[in-house]
Amino acid sequence: MAVEVRIPTILRSYTDGAKTVDGKGDTLADVIDSIEANHQGIKERLVDGGDLRRFVNVYVNDEDVRFLGGLQAPTTDGDTVVVLPAVAGGA
Amino acid sequence: MYDAIVAHARRDHPDEACGIVAGAAGSELPSRFVPMVNAERSPTFFRFDPTEQLRVWREMDDRDEVPVVIYHSHTATEAYPSRTDVSLASEPDAHYVLVSTRDGAHEPGPVEFRSFRIVDGEVTEEEVEVVP
Repeated sequence: MAVEVRIPTILRSYTDGAKTVDGKGDTLADVIDSIEANHQGIKERLVDGGDLRRFVNVYVNDEDVRFLGGLQAPTTDGDTVVVLPAVAGGA
Repeated sequence: MYDAIVAHARRDHPDEACGIVAGAAGSELPSRFVPMVNAERSPTFFRFDPTEQLRVWREMDDRDEVPVVIYHSHTATEAYPSRTDVSLASEPDAHYVLVSTRDGAHEPGPVEFRSFRIVDGEVTEEEVEVVP
């Protein structure tokens, strides 16, 4: 078992086009580190300093991780992590 | 579809309105209008509500659709992607539609309605054809 991570179109250049990759870890931070090992560069697109990037939405089992402790959000085998770039802009 | 987008932009003026028009993957045909909440409720900024976005994106996945059009309004400036719009554009396959309500917040005032591709920070305008 693993944590399934769903990758949005714009980041699939890091995953050879794969829509989902397997990660592992007890927190979102660990899961991101584990996918970085095989898909170098992807972490930089998700994390800035010690925090999730402001315009990246991440969900664990459909729950916005901002309400689950951000990078410290707990994860466990069988969970699904969804990454969606925010749709945003400003005049 | 054109009318629905313009009506949404007018309704939310002076805040920015935003949403998508979904279409079958690979078809390039915008067919399902989905107005979205602007979580910022701001005259100068918009952001899809993350929970609503997840729901809508999943719905598109289930129907084998993509966001063919991503639209938002500018309420005091021209219908052209701002620097923020360009730096945050995250769907290279989408047509970014901008509506400006600066001169026509209410019927029957004029609105600008323009469409762009935004790929790797590069903006390309494209012609808009309104199909009845």
